[in-house]
Amino acid sequence: MKFLLQRIAFYLFTAWAALTINFFIPRLIPGDPVTSLINKYQGQISTEAIQSLYVLFGLDKNASLWSQYVDYWGQVFRGDLGLSFTFFPTPVIDILQQSLPWTIALVGITTIVSFAIGTGLGVLAGWRRGSWLDGLLPVTTFLSSIPYFWLGLLAIAVLAGPDSIFPSSGGYEPGLVPGWTPEFMGSAINHSLLPAITILISSVSGWILSMRNMMVTVASEDYITVAHAKGLPEKRVMLSYAARNALLPNVSGFALSLGFIVGGTLLVEIVFSYPGIGYNLFQAVGSKDYPLMQGVFLVITLSVLVANLIADVAYLLLDPRTRKEG
Amino acid sequence: MSAPTSTITAVTPDGPEVAAAPAKRQRLRFVANPKAATGLIVLAFFSLIAIIGPWIAPFDPSQRSSDILQGPSGKHWFGTTHLGQDIFSQMLVGTRGVMFVGLLAGIVATALSVLIGVSSGFLGGAADEGLSALSNVFLVIPALPLIIIVASTIPGAGDLMVALVIGFTSWAWGARVLRAQTLSLRRRDYVEAARATGESTWRIITAEIMPNLTAIIASSFVGTVIFAIMSEITLAFIGISTISEWNWGTILFWAQSQQALAQGAWWWFVPAGLAIAILGTALSLINFGIDEFVSPRLRNAGHTKVKTNDGHSVRMRVGFTPVLGNKAVAPTPVVRKVDAA
Repeated sequence: MKFLLQRIAFYLFTAWAALTINFFIPRLIPGDPVTSLINKYQGQISTEAIQSLYVLFGLDKNASLWSQYVDYWGQVFRGDLGLSFTFFPTPVIDILQQSLPWTIALVGITTIVSFAIGTGLGVLAGWRRGSWLDGLLPVTTFLSSIPYFWLGLLAIAVLAGPDSIFPSSGGYEPGLVPGWTPEFMGSAINHSLLPAITILISSVSGWILSMRNMMVTVASEDYITVAHAKGLPEKRVMLSYAARNALLPNVSGFALSLGFIVGGTLLVEIVFSYPGIGYNLFQAVGSKDYPLMQGVFLVITLSVLVANLIADVAYLLLDPRTRKEG
Repeated sequence: MSAPTSTITAVTPDGPEVAAAPAKRQRLRFVANPKAATGLIVLAFFSLIAIIGPWIAPFDPSQRSSDILQGPSGKHWFGTTHLGQDIFSQMLVGTRGVMFVGLLAGIVATALSVLIGVSSGFLGGAADEGLSALSNVFLVIPALPLIIIVASTIPGAGDLMVALVIGFTSWAWGARVLRAQTLSLRRRDYVEAARATGESTWRIITAEIMPNLTAIIASSFVGTVIFAIMSEITLAFIGISTISEWNWGTILFWAQSQQALAQGAWWWFVPAGLAIAILGTALSLINFGIDEFVSPRLRNAGHTKVKTNDGHSVRMRVGFTPVLGNKAVAPTPVVRKVDAA
């Protein structure tokens, strides 16, 4: 329990740090990015909304930095992240609410599947060192060096087309209304297949490699020799003795590298015009939509923190030693 | 409170003189590792292109011509763009930007990670708590979105700026690994001995601890360079860094925005992507070489099938005692390696 509380405290601290970074970044922009945009929409924008943008971008020169910071926190807690300029006059929070489920479904599921497949292959590659499985390593290294987005482009060029079952862009058939209907779900799954395969291919190799290396290290421990000497079946030694112990560092590695993975997968959304957070970020960057960019960064960071916490709970369940302490 | 004599006697087997003699041969052994050697050769090739690329490019990469959107030919090896620009020249000229950003960001990030990781591991106490919390925060915050946002707030971010932004946001992993290693080193006997003889903290860090971190520093440097190159190309691909400076990401940016895919112009985006993948693979291979150099267990086992006298075949693996079939009476070969450590 103590372990979990420590982790939660750390994540709260990280969330605070991320929000503070988010507060300072717009203040680095030279000149005044927002006033020109506000002038452009003169009359269509409410005074209240203007005020919230002023707080977000630190344009209120009369207020001290500290009171700006306090105002900013108040605003974030109310879920007011300003208005998006690209999708004027939709509030940023509404856009994010719409796209977050798409990203969580695509990136979340594929990351977990990739971790599971990669770990499984890594167990085999580490255990059967010197067999043909060693040939897997150079191939996966090459695949993991390919940028996600380029693999996506290639997948579209080769697999998608007018007469292919894979659609090349979007999250669902344009005519359909989003909902829990079988038609819509089928279309959504069909549209997510190609992006998911792209992410899988380029992310799985990292897990194979780290699990293999852990297995190789664990395989020369004394308790493995003892297990062999007891005459236990090979499979049991591999899974319950070696893999179980090799998995632990891999799970904590999983938590730590989530930030990297999420960054890469967001790009796949851009290539496939998938209606998730990553595509929002792309649109925001293209049109200098600062409020949306800030919102995307905040949501991604908070999601990664939550995912980290879940990974920590999984670690707690896998490793009995952490449970004993508290 | 052990007697000083015990510390002094304990240091002799680990003394630096013992390690000094085979150092030269060990360095050669790293290059002899086939993975590392392949990686180094490819890296040298790209570095050469980065230096001479702009001079050997057959065309000006931005120069338009009447050969619009042509496939690879004798004149244009990698074909041309929608404006008739030569893609081969763009690749050659763009290599310099890619290598420059990768190298500079790697240097900045590695310097930061050594500074933060080693001092946090060596100092301990409150300084350690603070510094490792800082690096954990940077580790957990998704780096790429942060880089994208910071780079897009800076108007007209050139190669230098992009390299600095990447360097300042991607040091955390190295710092974490270095801290862990420093923690395990700083209580070793030879460090205690150095402290007992009154060496300054600075000298202990630079002369006693740093040499033992070389492999880790090198591997985290290579890792950061891979990450920096990927991030930089990504930034160019989504159109954040200036499009006036050519790099591989810029080529992909134009290919994507001009619908190269829909027009079937595969030559527009295939060379850049392959070059990234090959360079990334080369760097990873160097890193595997370093890993295997440090921990020989990770090496590929090579030829492992062995025939025993009575016709059984046995696979030899480190840490395993092969069990032969019931007919076997020959003494079982034991391959368990006893590690020096």
